[in-house]
Parts: sequence; C-alpha cells; structure tokens
Amino acid sequence: MSFLDSLVAALKALRQNLLRSVLTTLGIIIGVASVIVMSSINAGAQQRVEEQIASLGSTMLSISPGASRRGGRSSGAASAPQLSERDLNAIKQNVPEVIDATGELRVAATAVGNGTDWPTSVNGVHAAYTVVRNWPVAEGRFFSQQEVSSGRRYAVIGATIVEEVFGGTNPVGAQLRVSNVPFEVIGVLAEKGQNQFGRDEDDLILAPTTAVRARLSGRDSTVPDQLDALRILFRDGADLSRAETDLEDVMRVQRRIRPGQADNFRVFNVAEFIRARNETAQTFGMLLAATAAISLLVGGIGIMNIMLVSVTERTREIGLRMAIGARKRDILIQFLVEAVLLCMIGGLIGLAVGLGASLLVANLADWDILINVSLVMVAIGASAAVGVFFGFFPARRAAKLSPIEALRYE
Amino acid sequence: MTAAASKAALVRGEHVRKTYQMSAEVIHALDDVSFEIRRGEFLSIMGPSGSGKSTLMNLLGALDRPSDGVLLIDGEPVNEMTSDQLAGLRNRTIGFVFQQFNLLKRTTALENVKLPMLYSRDRPANLDLAAEQALEKVGLGSRLDHHPSQLSGGQQQRVAIARALVNNPQILLADEPTGALDTETSNEIMELFTELNKNGVTVIIVTHEQEIADWTNRIMRLRDGKIVEDQRLKGDLHVVS
Repeated sequence: MSFLDSLVAALKALRQNLLRSVLTTLGIIIGVASVIVMSSINAGAQQRVEEQIASLGSTMLSISPGASRRGGRSSGAASAPQLSERDLNAIKQNVPEVIDATGELRVAATAVGNGTDWPTSVNGVHAAYTVVRNWPVAEGRFFSQQEVSSGRRYAVIGATIVEEVFGGTNPVGAQLRVSNVPFEVIGVLAEKGQNQFGRDEDDLILAPTTAVRARLSGRDSTVPDQLDALRILFRDGADLSRAETDLEDVMRVQRRIRPGQADNFRVFNVAEFIRARNETAQTFGMLLAATAAISLLVGGIGIMNIMLVSVTERTREIGLRMAIGARKRDILIQFLVEAVLLCMIGGLIGLAVGLGASLLVANLADWDILINVSLVMVAIGASAAVGVFFGFFPARRAAKLSPIEALRYE
Repeated sequence: MTAAASKAALVRGEHVRKTYQMSAEVIHALDDVSFEIRRGEFLSIMGPSGSGKSTLMNLLGALDRPSDGVLLIDGEPVNEMTSDQLAGLRNRTIGFVFQQFNLLKRTTALENVKLPMLYSRDRPANLDLAAEQALEKVGLGSRLDHHPSQLSGGQQQRVAIARALVNNPQILLADEPTGALDTETSNEIMELFTELNKNGVTVIIVTHEQEIADWTNRIMRLRDGKIVEDQRLKGDLHVVS
C-alpha cells in the first residue's frame, strides 16, 4: 500500500469517527496551545530583558563604593571612602579596552519650569554619558567635556520632565530651576520607559558633574571631587571578567588597599545582574512550559488509548485486510499514519489556538510576547513525535494480529 | 513430482499436518493429509466442527503454514514462506468470501472492491474501472456508491465476491458463503459461483450444508483431522486457457 493510500485510508477512518477524533485530539490541542502560549510569553520576557541590557550597554561595568561581597560579609557602603574624578581618570588611562567612562553624582532635587514643581533626581555626569549608557539625545544636544570642565549649568532632561515641567512643549533653550539654581535646558533624552524594577527612567535631569557638585550636592563630602558611581564602557566583545579584574587592580592601587585587605568598592556588571534577576522568572516560565509539555504527554496517552480501542474495534477489518494481502508493515503504517495524522491535526489546531491566545495575552495583559518560527516548527514536530511514539504501540499490536484470529474476532 | 502433475495441480498437499499445543495436550487438527486440487475445480469441503475443515481452509487460503508436510499453492511452497510472502500470495492468488461478508462499514461498494488492489504490486492503471467491472460481473453495476448498510445480505455478499475477484485470483475460497443468507438468496449466490467456475475460476467452498455442497463437482469430507471421503460428482473441469 502506498503512503498516499495509507493517508487517504487514515483520513477516511478519522472522518468515520469524527466526534471521537475531535475529542481525542483535544488533549494535543490543549498541550500544544499551552506550550505555545507559555513559550511565547517566556521568549517575550527574555527579549525585553535583553533589550534592557542592550539599552544599558551590554559591555558596561559599574563601580560603586562599598565593601566587596567577596568573603561573604559586607562592612556597609557608608564606611567606605567615596569615589572620585581621579579614580575615573586612572581607569581611563590604565585599564585596556575602555572606550569611554563617566562618573555619576546623584542628587535629589525639585525642578521648577513653567511654575510647576516636580520632585526628581539630578545626575551629574560627564560628556561620555550618552555613549556609555547607550542613551541618545532626542532633541537639542548633550554637553561637551569642555562644558563639563568649565562647570556650565546646562541640563539635558528626560521625557517625563518635559511632560511634567514643560507640559510637553519643546524645552530646549528654556530655563529650569533645579533646587533654586538656574540651569539652561540644552537637550532632551530619548524616551526609555520603565526599567526592570518599575522605576521611570525618564524622570531625571542630567547636568555636568562640576555644576552639580558645586551648586547642588552637599558640602559634607570627604572627597573634594566626589562621584557616586563610575560607569565604564568596554569595547564590544571585550572579556568582561578580565575587565573586571583590571578595574579592581587599578582601583586597589588608587585607594591604596594592601594585599590581603578587602576591597572597599564594588565592581559589577549590571547586565549580569539583570540576567541573574531574570533567571528566577525564567525558571518559573520553564516550569510552566514543562507543565504544558506534560499536558502534551497526557494528550499522547489519550491518543494511544483511543488507538488501542480502535485497533480492538477494527480487529475484523485488520483480519480482512491481512486476508486480502496486507503485510504486517501495511497494517503498522496504516495505524501509525492515523495516530500521527490525528496528532498533527491536533497540533495545527493547537498552534492556531496558541497563537491566538498569545496575541490575546499580549493585548489584554499588555505583556510582551515573542512568537518565533522555530517554536512553531517544534510544536508541530512535537505533536508528530507524540503521534509516532504513542501510535506505535497500538499499531504494532494491530500488525502482530494473526489474520485467522482477527477474522474470527467477534 | 512430474512436470505434468505440477502443471495440473493448482493446490497440492503432501502429508500435511497441523498441530496445536493446548496447555499440556497436543491437538492434531490435520493429521497427515494428502490431496490435490486441480485448476477449474468446483470443490466443497465438509465436516462437523472439530473435523479440521477450518484448519484446512486456513491452509488453502495461505493464512497459515502447515506444521509438517508440503503444501504448494500455484506452485509456491506455503510451508516455506514468510508471513509477508504469504500476504503477497493471498493477494495475487486467492479471493476470500466470508460468511459475514466482512465489508468495511461506511465505505462504498466501489471502495470496498478496490481494497485488494491497494495492496497489490502490479495494480491496474484505473482502479475505479477495474472495481466497476468486478461489480458488473456479480450483477451490481448499478450500486457502486451504496454503503453496505444500504444493501441486502445477498447484495453485500456479491460485493464481497466482486472484491474477491478483483485481483483475478486463481482460487476463490468461500467460508460458509451462504450461512447468513436465506435459501433463495443462497441459491442465487451458488448460481453465481457456478457461473464463475464455468468461466475458469477454481472455487472452493467450505460448508456444513449438504444442499450447498450438492452444487459443487467434488466433495471432500473431513473427520478428526483426516480426509475420510473425496467424492468427485461430475468430472468436467472448467479450464479456460
């Protein structure tokens, strides 16, 4: 019997028991659909995380004061000496593969524009900030390093500030009073949205470190050229763990830490941090997908069950087919094709349902989803595999029947 | 075996035995039987239940192999063949007709008749046409699209006979073909077998009814696994070369 004949025969057999066929495939439909939904939600979340990492700069390392976590105990950030401009310069000069670096000096402040008060934070940074953080300016321009050096009171503001303080009108050239110090708005940052932790990233003002230090931050700092954090951008493809060690070495020299003494600063990889944080969510998602896969398994067992019933019901038909010349292989293929077809039809319906449900989730719950083609192939392949796996046993049972016994079966 | 004998004999059994192991007991369903069935014969096999007639039928239909002895069907040694080879032999050489017709439900007469051709190696170019011709041969040319449930018992048996004939077999092997039919329909079916035999098909009918056996030209009686009587009623063989 040719494969085409088997296919036609299988379709006829399935159509003869239409209701049963539909009910049997339900397990597969639900299984495949839930695998698709779970996986596309997972993939969507994953993609979002990667986008965030990319927006941070995936080859960026940060340094903040405080005890290293190495050794298991922390002596607290407050007791550690501050970071400084000198640290930043030492890093730029001594660490290989650094593209650029910026300091950050953070101050809470109230911004007043067109008579509106808006509590926000000011971040004193260097000219390299846009490059290091991979955060372009949408309108106007950023300040140059000379302007940082000369302590110009320029501000580049986030989209939220534009909205809240300037009512959405173009603020470039306007005056912004930050904690009563007048700044000139020279640029607007591209909109970024919420970060991983739900904080609005666009609610900030960037200004030269010099201006912030001179006019906004408190005078009680122990270091005259204080910085709260350093952000260092490495060349694409740089070995970041090596870069981390290099940074540590330079910083230990800078801060005169003797060998054997613990670091009083921390180097960290924000991208890694976000990835690690996301791992929990990822694991949970995998668990859900695994549960969905189990329902596919249960669906497969349902298929096997119904195929066994079908073989028993059709024992005489099998006997007849054998009598008129069907070989064991013909019978095996006939029932296997039936099971695989059943599963693949279920898989296709499940795929459609899964895609629909994914889009629904994306729209209603406003979650990111990502449907990729390989997943679709996997879903169809998996349902076919389920068909082969669970269809084989009933099919073999049919093929092993003796024609005499089968013909005599009541 | 002489060349002439092998040519004449369509089926030839030599010291055929069939034994079954039933728990501790060994049952001799066929106990050293030898026989010859020539081309064009119209033969009936009779015997009470347990006589071995079903066993003999299974062997003649190449559904089973003898435990011992030699069985040649159309020159092919059944006792040496694999189950796949037997399937091929059945497909080419033997047409089965059963008491309960064994038609596929919810499948048209035409599709039922086409079935043996699907398992055939050298199938005709136009399966529908071949199936139609077979149905015309049994007088059902007008009921191609009927399902078994829409046909009478006699018509269903005709479909089954058409199915048995569609691969142009050497042997038509019928197991109680009239067992589920009334007398009048039975006679019609037997007339059909007679006519088919006249056209050159070797017909073997397994039955326990003397009236059915009386239609045939030779009666082979079995009892306790042995052929106790082999009676040739009419001598003429219908061989169409």
